[in-house]
Amino acid sequence: MSQIVFEGRPVPFHPGQSIGAALTAAGIRSWRTTRSGGRPRGLYCGIGVCFDCLITVNGRPSLRACMVEAREGDVVEGGGRDA
Amino acid sequence: MRDVVVIGAGPAGLAAAVAAATAGLDVALIDAGRRPGGQFYRHHAAETGRLHHDWDAFVRLRDALDRLTYLPGHRVWHVEDGFTVHALAGDRDERPVRIDARAVVVATGAHDRSLPFPGWDLPGVLTAGGAQALLKGDRVPAGKRIVVAGTGPFLLPVATGLARAGATVAGVFEANRPYGFARHVARHPGKAREGAGYAALLARHRIPYRTGHAVVAAHGDDRIEAVTVARLDRDWAPVRERVIACDTVAVGYGFTPQLEIPLQLGCATRMDADGSLIVAVDVTQRTSVPGVYAAGETTGVGGAQLSLVEGELAGLAVAEAAGGVAPDPADVQRLLARRRRLRAFAGAMHAAYPVRPGWMDRLRDDTLVCRCEEVTRGRLAEAAELGATDPRSAKLLSRAGMGWCQGRVCGYATAWLAAGVCGRLPGADDLRGIARRPLAQPLRLGDLATDDQP
Repeated sequence: MSQIVFEGRPVPFHPGQSIGAALTAAGIRSWRTTRSGGRPRGLYCGIGVCFDCLITVNGRPSLRACMVEAREGDVVEGGGRDA
Repeated sequence: MRDVVVIGAGPAGLAAAVAAATAGLDVALIDAGRRPGGQFYRHHAAETGRLHHDWDAFVRLRDALDRLTYLPGHRVWHVEDGFTVHALAGDRDERPVRIDARAVVVATGAHDRSLPFPGWDLPGVLTAGGAQALLKGDRVPAGKRIVVAGTGPFLLPVATGLARAGATVAGVFEANRPYGFARHVARHPGKAREGAGYAALLARHRIPYRTGHAVVAAHGDDRIEAVTVARLDRDWAPVRERVIACDTVAVGYGFTPQLEIPLQLGCATRMDADGSLIVAVDVTQRTSVPGVYAAGETTGVGGAQLSLVEGELAGLAVAEAAGGVAPDPADVQRLLARRRRLRAFAGAMHAAYPVRPGWMDRLRDDTLVCRCEEVTRGRLAEAAELGATDPRSAKLLSRAGMGWCQGRVCGYATAWLAAGVCGRLPGADDLRGIARRPLAQPLRLGDLATDDQP
């Protein structure tokens, strides 16, 4: 099975899955915090509308985890406030 | 210069693009998704169609895509009059693209309509459509123990799909009591079969289905651990509450059509029976702007079958206007009759599954309304005291709707809350005030300066 790396930890995925789906399947529900309240956020709309699931992939920030297809070896970071 | 660019590759856009291309036009079909099909036909990379309704109709359209230029993974951010479509291609290394065309078909579909409640920003609370997208597109159930809530028949495929995928569905909580709707369903053999199938699946998986109930709060610290479910009175005020443990909630109160592009082009809009803003079209799916057509959910939420019919009508009309092959009048009559029938069904559905004002009783002062800018109901109330009694003023004073999603998620709720200050329901002008987005997608500034022909 293919895998990505989320904050140093390997996360498996099936080809064709989004990064958000791979994280959800691994039980990871949130990967950033909000700018003002510091509240955790992950998938909400799941179809690219809400921008709650913003994530950094291979150093590229502000991508929507629900829209980006996972690729072998992707290094994925959340964490930042409104990353 | 293409004859027509179709925006959106869901049922309506696919049908429009294939009809126009079959009639001899040079068609570009542009779509944000990675695979064709939109939300209804969203599918996994290795899809067999086993769990999809009307999959054969999709396969026929997909197999006809070689007649046209299909551009997946393209996010349209602006359409100029005349027409020039500006988009960004690729899901990570974005490349600016522009397409010139003599006509435009808007088939951008809809997204879930959200109503806020305390705790709705906790991880594990998803839209019903979001849970469905994860399941259909990625084969991932959104959680292990899931509560499905909101209003509308869409909750049924979501709940039964999750159960078939192995999740425990702790209950379906339908806010309305749609008793009269069954006779409309009975008149449509296909819909009656579909409904009977859901009923059988609910029974087989022992999923409780409760009408007149809603999720009024979600509880947890860093993720959802339980919800409060309330029985509702006629106006949706909660009358009796209980707590249900769960790790996920899938919630949706109907759908909001995506109108950025028709509004950019100046197309006339109106309010539909479900309280959503829609594009006004004539019998051939023409909008008020010459050369611009719209089909599917953007002209009124009505489901995939209606979208297929409207898309085909739009494609035929574009082809005829461009001097292509004139459609067979018998085909057009058949499509028009089918559209009338399906529109009537959609009207009955909207009447049976309205949004009632009692949803606002769920909000506390510290409940978020705008998730992006973290604007609470209390902040909106302060804005109202300063005179913000329409959603546009409320947005300017409170920042609700000014974040990443540009009000797509909170706009409908903000419209209710702002209008509610004056004791009225939101109208078309309220919804127009929050639906205008000159840039339909977030852009990097450099992309405004450079874009290329594909």
